[in-house]
Amino acid sequence: MDTVKDSKGMTLIVKTVTRITIGFILLYGIYISLNGDSAPGGGFAGGVIIALSLVHVMLAFGKEVALKRLHSYAMRFSISIASLVFLYVVMIRWHGSYSHIVIPLAEMVIVGAGLFAIFVALVLLSKSDKDSE
Amino acid sequence: MIEIHLILLFMIAAAIIAVEVKDLLSSVIAVGAVGIGLCMAFLVLKAPDLAIMQLVVEILSLIILIRATIRKDLPFSKSGRWVFNTLATVSFIAVFLTIAYVALKNLPAFGSGPMRVSKAYLDSAVAATGSKNVVASIIVNYRAYDTLGEVAILFTALIGILAVARRIGKK
Repeated sequence: MDTVKDSKGMTLIVKTVTRITIGFILLYGIYISLNGDSAPGGGFAGGVIIALSLVHVMLAFGKEVALKRLHSYAMRFSISIASLVFLYVVMIRWHGSYSHIVIPLAEMVIVGAGLFAIFVALVLLSKSDKDSE
Repeated sequence: MIEIHLILLFMIAAAIIAVEVKDLLSSVIAVGAVGIGLCMAFLVLKAPDLAIMQLVVEILSLIILIRATIRKDLPFSKSGRWVFNTLATVSFIAVFLTIAYVALKNLPAFGSGPMRVSKAYLDSAVAATGSKNVVASIIVNYRAYDTLGEVAILFTALIGILAVARRIGKK
């Protein structure tokens, strides 16, 4: 609850709505990427939705929370696992019975984290943002 | 086919508004209207995969545009060289219309392409890959190295940004 009292970011209403909806947005991204073999969507679209949910958190709670998420060990760990999985799939030309689950999940993690990192680099680390604070 | 023409007219109007309006935020929002019109055009043309992709990427790029470019004091001059600018614009429009007329006359009619390559995919993709979504089966199976390259590009960008924005060595 201490993030609610924090004055950074948007108002209390936006923070509360963000805290309620963030799980649903993440679930929708995972649904889009897992359901890509039988419905419109796929790993890339699900990854962009994941990145949009992280951007949503950043816009609501401010800069520090987003940078903390980017630097967290869970995020680095999942990115490394996803890229190793992708390398494994390519190296042995894996086409097993679970490839329609594993490949979109790995692609989703890398695309979501990559687009969020590009957003952070373009918006948070720029000089104009530092001047305005 | 009347819907696609209405959507195209809406997109052209929004693009002209985006170029001509003075306020930068209004211009960015008009660009977003163009993107939403493109998304609806994909839906009308029965390409829901492309529509989802267009919608999510459009929203992300709009947020980046608003957050990254609105705050800067961009220099915006409208004076000087208007004769050259007008002449260049008119000549480019004339060249574009001429080449488009010649090129579009030789194309097959809208919606009835030759389908030499894609017919083989449409016939064999569902049986060969077991995926009901032919677009996803082409992206992940037949064109898997495209996906690998795309992931490699994003992973390289991610590594670079994590290396630049790390805490160690920042102070």
